[in-house]
Amino acid sequence: MRTERVAAIVGVAESDLGVTPGKTVLQLQAQAAKAALDDAGFTKDDVDALFTAGNWAWSPNLMLGEYLGIRPKFTDGTNIGGSSFESHVGHAVAGIQAGLFDVALITYGSTQRSDQSRNKPAPIATLTDQYERPFGLPLTVGAYALAAMRHMHLYGTTSEQLAEIAVATRKWATMNEKAFKREPIETADVLESRMIAEPLHLLDCCLVTDGGGAVIVASARAAARAKKKPVWILGHGETHTHQSIVNMPDLTMTGARESGNRAFEMAGVTREEIDVAEIYDSFTITALLTLEALGFCKPGEGGAFVSGQRTAPGGAFPMNTNGGGLSYCHPGMYGIFLLIEAARQLRGECGQRQVENAKLAIVNGTGGVLSSTSTLILGRD
Amino acid sequence: MSSQIPRPLMDSDSQPFWEGLKRQELMIQRCDECHQHIFYPRVLCPHCFSDKVAWTQATGRGHIYSYTVVHRAFGPFSDQVPYVVAIVELDEGVRMMTRIVGDREAIKIGVPVEVIYEKVDDELLLPYFILR
Repeated sequence: MRTERVAAIVGVAESDLGVTPGKTVLQLQAQAAKAALDDAGFTKDDVDALFTAGNWAWSPNLMLGEYLGIRPKFTDGTNIGGSSFESHVGHAVAGIQAGLFDVALITYGSTQRSDQSRNKPAPIATLTDQYERPFGLPLTVGAYALAAMRHMHLYGTTSEQLAEIAVATRKWATMNEKAFKREPIETADVLESRMIAEPLHLLDCCLVTDGGGAVIVASARAAARAKKKPVWILGHGETHTHQSIVNMPDLTMTGARESGNRAFEMAGVTREEIDVAEIYDSFTITALLTLEALGFCKPGEGGAFVSGQRTAPGGAFPMNTNGGGLSYCHPGMYGIFLLIEAARQLRGECGQRQVENAKLAIVNGTGGVLSSTSTLILGRD
Repeated sequence: MSSQIPRPLMDSDSQPFWEGLKRQELMIQRCDECHQHIFYPRVLCPHCFSDKVAWTQATGRGHIYSYTVVHRAFGPFSDQVPYVVAIVELDEGVRMMTRIVGDREAIKIGVPVEVIYEKVDDELLLPYFILR
């Protein structure tokens, strides 16, 4: 590790997860924000930068700042989909390095399950949507299905290999009392679950839940007075390559190739040194493509890489140790939960599912339809 | 086909495309500077950033770049399942989203296809593709 200790994650928390009838997106974020500040041993008055992303308001930052009573001197509402929060962390490090602020609060909240809002159709297709929406590709699953189909065609990847990811992720979920789905599953369960968009079955798809989360990023100076040991932010990279799946340059190679390379380079660590991986799993194919793009295996070798329950508890490559978007929670934009779990793993707080002696973690968010990617390398002293 | 599908809202970028479909012509753009074809239409070439983009009629022939068979859909599409949505790469090198109609068993990545015009109503024809 060669990175200067500029900033660290010092507090993380979820709100209530799963089904939260009667709760609002603001309540969930307030609950998570308070718990994350408590985790850090900070108060609201320590916060001088506010980051959030969501589609629940015209300007989520303004409404959230007002609701929480926070008047930030730095604010960032970058919204590149589910990977927004990894980017928020990267942007917070840049802002701290520039001396603009010391403590950032990053939040997310969603009530999509209770609202049943996920698939409401809009009647008019404008701008670039007009060339796509009349054909009826169900988003986001259909776009990921197109990528999966092409990966299978090019490389012979099988549904059984994709199912390995779902089965392994569920094993982690059995050890997380907060996970929405905890009963073990086998490969046959995935393959026999309802087909949604070929080749993706129901159990290749993430959950639809409510939930919120918050992360506190602090300068090295501020981190020194935090209650918890710092989880240092060692490297970051981000990019987006397209908005709609038709315009993805190569359906089987995501922008994580570039964001990952930049994050590893900044951190000065190698892929072999990574102890735990938190990889956005909106679908099984999302995780598989990301592992290839990040360079943990070669393009086309993702199926073999995840075979034999390699990413499961006890496997050589611990991945999505909270149960992931596939089994733990997925309130629409999952990225903040990757950060929460990575921080807890590096702090050794994960109990039964703790990865032994985890010192370095990679976090990779994916947003849109494989559209954006944001990679972080995190480490403890 | 249901006219309750999301209607394209024609704009000054897209007007020649949608008007062309009404004449059963698949219109795309080509850059006069770098000579690459462009889809969807726009005022700047996304390859070389030239503003010298011109309309041309595509051959309507290409191959399936990827596809999915949709078994669960929402809203106006829910009563059409199962159906095939695909990305077709035209011989001109551009990709577009479409539907593939015809023998489901013969649909594979790489197979050659050509455009047909699916009439939604008098104001809207959509470019679908069939195997050739």
